[in-house]
Amino acid sequence: MKLTIEPLLFELSKPGRSGVELPACDVPVLSISDLLPSEGLRSTLPLPELSEPEVIRHYTHLSQLNYSTDSGFYPLGSCTMKYNPKLNEEVARLPGFARVHPDLPDTAAQGTLEVLYSMQEILAEIGGMDTVSLQPAAGAHGELLGLMLIKAYHDDHGQGQRCLVLVPEAAHGTNPASAARCGYTTVTIKSDGRGRVDMAHLRTLLTENQENVAGLMLTNPNTLGLFEDDIAEICAMIHTAGGLVYCDGANMNALVGRARPGDMGFDVMHFNLHKTFSSPHGGGGPGSGPVGIKSILEPYLPVPQVVKTDGGYRRDYDRPKSIGRIHGYYGSFLCILRAYAYILYYGRERLANIAENAVLNANYIRVQLQNSFDVAYNELCMHECVFTAKRQQRERGVRALDIAKRLMDFGFHPPTIYFPLLVPEALMIEPTETESMETLDSFISAMRQIASEIETDPAIVLSAPHETVVHKLDEATAARKPVLRWREQHK
Amino acid sequence: MSYIPNTDTDRSEMLATIGVSSLDALFDQIPQPQQFQGLLNIPPRLDQISLMRHLTTLARKNVHADDFPCFLGAGIYDHYTPPTVAAITGRSEFYTSYTPYQPEVSQGMLQSIFEFQTLLCQLTGMDVANASMYDGATALAEAAIMASDLTGRSRIAMLSTVHPNYRAVTETYLRHINIALDIVESSDDLGDETAALLVQHPNFHGNLEDMDKLSEAAHAKGALLVVCVDPISLGILTPPGDYGADIVVGEGQALGCPMGYGGPLLGLFACKNEFMRRLPGRIVGQTTDADGKRAFVMTLRTREQDIRRERATSNICTNEALYALAASVYLATMGKQGMRQVAELCLQKSHYAAAEIGRLPGFALAFPEKPFFKEFAVTTPTDPVQINERLLARGIIGGLPLTQQRPQLGHAMLFCVTEQRTRVEIDALVAALSEEMR
Amino acid sequence: MPTPIDLNFSSTHEWCRIDANIATVGISDHAQGELGDVALTLLPEVGRMLQRGDKLGEIESIKAVSDLYAPVSGEVVAVNEALDDAPELVNDDPYGKGWMVKIKMTQPADAETLLDSAAYEATF
Repeated sequence: MKLTIEPLLFELSKPGRSGVELPACDVPVLSISDLLPSEGLRSTLPLPELSEPEVIRHYTHLSQLNYSTDSGFYPLGSCTMKYNPKLNEEVARLPGFARVHPDLPDTAAQGTLEVLYSMQEILAEIGGMDTVSLQPAAGAHGELLGLMLIKAYHDDHGQGQRCLVLVPEAAHGTNPASAARCGYTTVTIKSDGRGRVDMAHLRTLLTENQENVAGLMLTNPNTLGLFEDDIAEICAMIHTAGGLVYCDGANMNALVGRARPGDMGFDVMHFNLHKTFSSPHGGGGPGSGPVGIKSILEPYLPVPQVVKTDGGYRRDYDRPKSIGRIHGYYGSFLCILRAYAYILYYGRERLANIAENAVLNANYIRVQLQNSFDVAYNELCMHECVFTAKRQQRERGVRALDIAKRLMDFGFHPPTIYFPLLVPEALMIEPTETESMETLDSFISAMRQIASEIETDPAIVLSAPHETVVHKLDEATAARKPVLRWREQHK
Repeated sequence: MSYIPNTDTDRSEMLATIGVSSLDALFDQIPQPQQFQGLLNIPPRLDQISLMRHLTTLARKNVHADDFPCFLGAGIYDHYTPPTVAAITGRSEFYTSYTPYQPEVSQGMLQSIFEFQTLLCQLTGMDVANASMYDGATALAEAAIMASDLTGRSRIAMLSTVHPNYRAVTETYLRHINIALDIVESSDDLGDETAALLVQHPNFHGNLEDMDKLSEAAHAKGALLVVCVDPISLGILTPPGDYGADIVVGEGQALGCPMGYGGPLLGLFACKNEFMRRLPGRIVGQTTDADGKRAFVMTLRTREQDIRRERATSNICTNEALYALAASVYLATMGKQGMRQVAELCLQKSHYAAAEIGRLPGFALAFPEKPFFKEFAVTTPTDPVQINERLLARGIIGGLPLTQQRPQLGHAMLFCVTEQRTRVEIDALVAALSEEMR
Repeated sequence: MPTPIDLNFSSTHEWCRIDANIATVGISDHAQGELGDVALTLLPEVGRMLQRGDKLGEIESIKAVSDLYAPVSGEVVAVNEALDDAPELVNDDPYGKGWMVKIKMTQPADAETLLDSAAYEATF
């Protein structure tokens, strides 16, 4: 059956329809004008009017226009698009979790508090940290919190002049953006010929900015999928300079059970529960970005932390040096719950299987494709591998974007493209551990075919995708003349 | 094991292809001292049946709104969610997808966000909206920063009647980038350096603010008006666009999202057209494809962190797409009539409850002169924390104790009555409270 | 696209066409190609005084953002308002209708620090 585009909700609306049946008012009805001032009341409510079957059909059609990990391979580098276990979804729907109000007294919410407390402990152990704040609602939110803790630490130690944060050029864009939101100025560290932090450049930066370095933000393995093997020395250098070291934990799927940022010398890190610990990505969110810290940062943690007492668990607000609040409540509880279920399923015996199979799958793809596409840095990689289509672009005029679009015709979601920025025409592939060898093989076969098409029939690649419900989009007009909502006159 | 398809045979074959001898050898790239040896000190593994039993046991330790009528609100609400919402958000085509960076295979999520942006504009009377923020509190903080950027001013005024958690989050965000936060009692306290006046409407106490006056006062000082709304209230209350709001934020949880012990939540964010290019977060726009078909794509991308890096409008990357979808399905299902009806039910039932409680000896409305929507503050004869304990023992979730947040009120609590509460439940609450004076 | 020979270039890809003491400024064909489809230009108001190398404005494409720097010192005397409605002119006609500002030069010697067309073409 051929998929077609779907009309907008508003175009399906017809006056007089409704998708809900609410009860009649069972208390004495008073005149609204007696209860509220007339100037406070709206005269019209321009919302659509649809019946329940129309609502369901509309969104079901939309869902069919959406690629997902449940429908196929989604090797989006840096995003860890692994399978989302269905048991976790069932757990998150239990009314004893989903229907719990956050302002209940602690005695009435011991189940949620136990989950939160356990996850503070479990994530600290996985990261090699001393404790964890579960409050950040996403990775970038975790970065912001981590930097705020670093700042609070320096201020508390009479080092308020430390205003610089060092960030490698291969870093996620959130790193410099989060630093700016914390009032820091970022200084970019170059990468060396091996795709790692350029140690000579780092040394120079530290000498030049001796008293002003607040810290370093580093993703390890880095965004090239390579382990920063100088990590111990890097941490030591930053510590000697009086700074602290932040680990962007976006790539923890390479490490779980096999290596811990805390053991490498990192002082603070965030986890992406929606990546490593399989809370669903939800089309872009919600996420969850808990922050693990060494004990030196503990006094500054946001309120509340969950603590265990003789009588059970409680929320602790008595933290005089706390940076304050960063979330309306306690973070993305239902994501934390899913991650808890996921970790308990693997348990201490099997958690390392995640990293082992993720690294295995990534290297398998790297080796199987290395004769078709150039690997940016061809050595053993961690959980993802980065190719460059620079040769194809130069010789055949085919860019990474074109290859990405052509992959759609084979039924795959494209890899991440044009990131990291230091690799021209980058294609960043992260298979994750939840893909079978057969799936990897069919992806490899599609990539090889595209490589050969680029040589023999580049036009078919350049004009891709051919099989999708819409074809290449006019993104220029979308940005030049933004249409960000439907309006009546568009009808 | 069930989430990892590779068999031992697969692994051997793959290792041979790669040319390494063992799984351990794959980790040789990590220097030996940085490798973790042994087993983590975390709980042992659970099979699926045991895992479900463990989690069900934990869930039973919580009081929840299916079992006990909930009169607790204060930002997170027990509103009715039509079954369409779970049916759609439970479709894994949506929940197992990621940010729609590749529009040709993401039209479902992109169109649903475009519709969400439109629905939010219709509800608030604003021109444009983004694809959502983490929660209401961080949305308010982001709005304050955006207002400071737009005006070039570095002071923010916030009415003292804004939710204390929202105030605390805004304070944390602003302190780190040297924007001053002034807590003000009225719009008379605005200065020439004030970038924006932040108002919650209805406010933390459930009361309506005088929005026309506040809007006029803020604009007279060259400041922007930032309003934090309860979207359910907009089924009946004047949309902020009508009284001149420049930026509208709010908590969208009430629109079909679970209370979930306070997270994930849904930050709403809308503004006037002229501020569109300063919006934080993701935005979806309409365009056409190569064949001229209507299609949707993430747009105005240069505002975002992955392109503009340290000069981005915000560091936010994740939005709450799945919860935005829930809100869209909710609004589509409720529609014009349903939203109006829900708002009226909240209004009627809360006023009935307020009148009944206010009649009890020892209890009184804390703000009897002020209009309210679905929440009202009540002074109580005894410590509200203890009242709540006794209510819980009777199977009722009481209101939010205000003693700590609003000590000037003495013993007080904030009750919330949504369309979910029946007259029988309200009467039971009133009967239980009447016991307090015995 | 051939590079017009009457232009001077900065190493940051701005071009100048100097006519008496007025320098018309835009970005090179190479620069627009690298940026991709231009969506928005943020340019200074008329009357702004600039030193050579000062940030002049910003140019946004659908996938990148880039700062513009003043190739010469002087006062902004005109801004190409056509770009507000048609930023694509920067892509379509970078050396003509895609111009951005006119600067009344205060230091005519600035021009000597710029590359001529041939030197720019050889470099980029």
